[in-house]
Amino acid sequence: MNPDTTAPPMAAPAPAAHDQPAPAVRRARRRLTPARIGLYVFLLGAALFFLLPLYVMVVTSLKTMDEIRQGGIFALPHAATLEPWRLAWSGVCTGAACEGVRTGFWNSVAITVPATILPILLGAVNGYALSFWRPRGANVLFGILMAGAFVPVQVMIYPLVRVLALAGIFGSLPAIVLVHLVFGMPVMTLLFRNYYCGVPHELFHAARIDGGGFWRIFLQVMLPMSLPVVVVAAIMQVTGVWNDYILGLVFAGRDHMPMMVQLNNVINTTTGTRQYNVNMAATILTGLVPLALYFVSGRWFVRGIAAGAVKG
Amino acid sequence: MTNVSLRKLNIVLGGKPIIRDLDLAVEPGEFLVLLGPSGCGKSTLLHSIAGLVDTESGAVEIGGRDMTDADPSERGIGMVFQSYALYPTMTVEDNMSFGLRIAGTPKAEIRRRVDRAAAMLQLDALLRRKPAQLSGGQRQRVAIGRALVREAQVFLFDEPLSNLDAKLRAELRRELKLLHRALGSTMIYVTHDQVEAMTLASRIVVMEKGEIRQIGTPLDVYERPANRFVAGFLGAPAMAFVDGTLDGAGRFTGDGIALACVPAGAAQAAVLGVRPEHVTIRADGPMTGEVTLVEPMGNHHVVWLRCGAATLASLVHDACRHAPGDRVAFAIDAARVSLFDAQTGNRL
Repeated sequence: MNPDTTAPPMAAPAPAAHDQPAPAVRRARRRLTPARIGLYVFLLGAALFFLLPLYVMVVTSLKTMDEIRQGGIFALPHAATLEPWRLAWSGVCTGAACEGVRTGFWNSVAITVPATILPILLGAVNGYALSFWRPRGANVLFGILMAGAFVPVQVMIYPLVRVLALAGIFGSLPAIVLVHLVFGMPVMTLLFRNYYCGVPHELFHAARIDGGGFWRIFLQVMLPMSLPVVVVAAIMQVTGVWNDYILGLVFAGRDHMPMMVQLNNVINTTTGTRQYNVNMAATILTGLVPLALYFVSGRWFVRGIAAGAVKG
Repeated sequence: MTNVSLRKLNIVLGGKPIIRDLDLAVEPGEFLVLLGPSGCGKSTLLHSIAGLVDTESGAVEIGGRDMTDADPSERGIGMVFQSYALYPTMTVEDNMSFGLRIAGTPKAEIRRRVDRAAAMLQLDALLRRKPAQLSGGQRQRVAIGRALVREAQVFLFDEPLSNLDAKLRAELRRELKLLHRALGSTMIYVTHDQVEAMTLASRIVVMEKGEIRQIGTPLDVYERPANRFVAGFLGAPAMAFVDGTLDGAGRFTGDGIALACVPAGAAQAAVLGVRPEHVTIRADGPMTGEVTLVEPMGNHHVVWLRCGAATLASLVHDACRHAPGDRVAFAIDAARVSLFDAQTGNRL
């Protein structure tokens, strides 16, 4: 073969080129027009609207109760103290026990980890099977699954309680993981199906000719190239499971109360004075995991929200 | 070397018949090109040989064995796709050896085959790269290499050059032809590009609407098209068609065109098919026409003539002195033109 036909070894892949629009265009875009100023004012206002409550929460959580009683919720603490945080984490009463929200934290971790990994794996297999193997009635199956996504959770709670009680696992860790698995399935499947629909069918054909079977093609060809969608799915599932209240309350049982349920118990305690500083600290602690996830993977997070909107 | 034969093949996709009662025999070592417009079923036909689509009825035989329901991997085929279809997360080497690793081939044997294919395709230096780090031409070579290491009896190509730019396409086309000569394997190649078909094929199968319209050597199909579809599909500029009548003595008369053809029996309505190279502009030509357009092609010119109701193209290889509006005399090579039945469109 003619060596001239090969491009130079370091031939740059295509993406390098389209990152640089003409500098002139950029400069023109940056000029401040009244519309721009209006936009910034609006964005600033929106940011303040959401940040102000967070600010109040943080400063309140650092104040003593005496200071809180003096009013002035926007004031910075005179003598900042971490005691409310310590209490919230390991001392506050969450119902009968007074061990803080940390037990709830570890319960939530124990629920979230399997309730993220299992739905992703199952959703990936579903999406893969639906887009490549196209079993008879695949579209009907997918339609039913999607219909499931639109049925409110509350409608299913009672039948699910009966079914799980019948199976003898009601109020256990497997029960709550299973429930999350079931409710996560439509979106997980949709996500992976859409992703695999964008993969050229010829790739699947090539793997078939190479002798790959159902699982080998999935595990060795499709799953390794699914990292972007796995990340998106993980973000959606972790946020969803961590923020869940009603399913955890109903299905997790006394020993596996997730953090969100315990937080509610902390805040709704009716005996004694309300410890606003501890409540704030406990709330921030509970929201920390999705918040951290968002900061670490903001770009993917947005993609995850948009993923539901792509073609089906 | 292996033959492939299809018998009474029917393929239905989504309730629509794509291939109807198709018979085809591919000779051992042949380079067979399936040519046709998009949607004619040529790719589906190739996929049925590969076992990637289910057949409704009929039989697929490869090397004398019935493979109608065999798994793609059991058919002894290698396939190259238009989109390259390389495994994006694997290196070039892993891409080529994937099939062999699945089959449990010993490591030393895999090494030997990959090295041999890499040497043939000049991929030695690229074995550790990922597909994303390769150019289009290199990717398609890796895809060819992946088919090569399988040491397949039959190679299937599904428009392998369509995603490449024109220059690269011409180069890889020549390399494919040399590869076929070196390997001697049976190759079946799908394209809608008539240049690829003409240059590569030992035989061309022209398809339309799921049926075979003609099978023959490239020259045969080009010079003696079996019907108007084949005649119009092959050749650029396309063959010109002139409606007219044929008398019992074999004389064709159309609007402004009269030609003594080979005697063809009974008098009837007929269509004359004239390729550009059949038309010669010369002072003593028996017919005249008006030049409407001159297209310079570099090494020749295409002169378009209006003659009665017909528009004919003529190739002029020396300096072109004609300008639009000129009236010129021309002759048609009666020995090379085609005549078609006005009703059926079949060659007379």
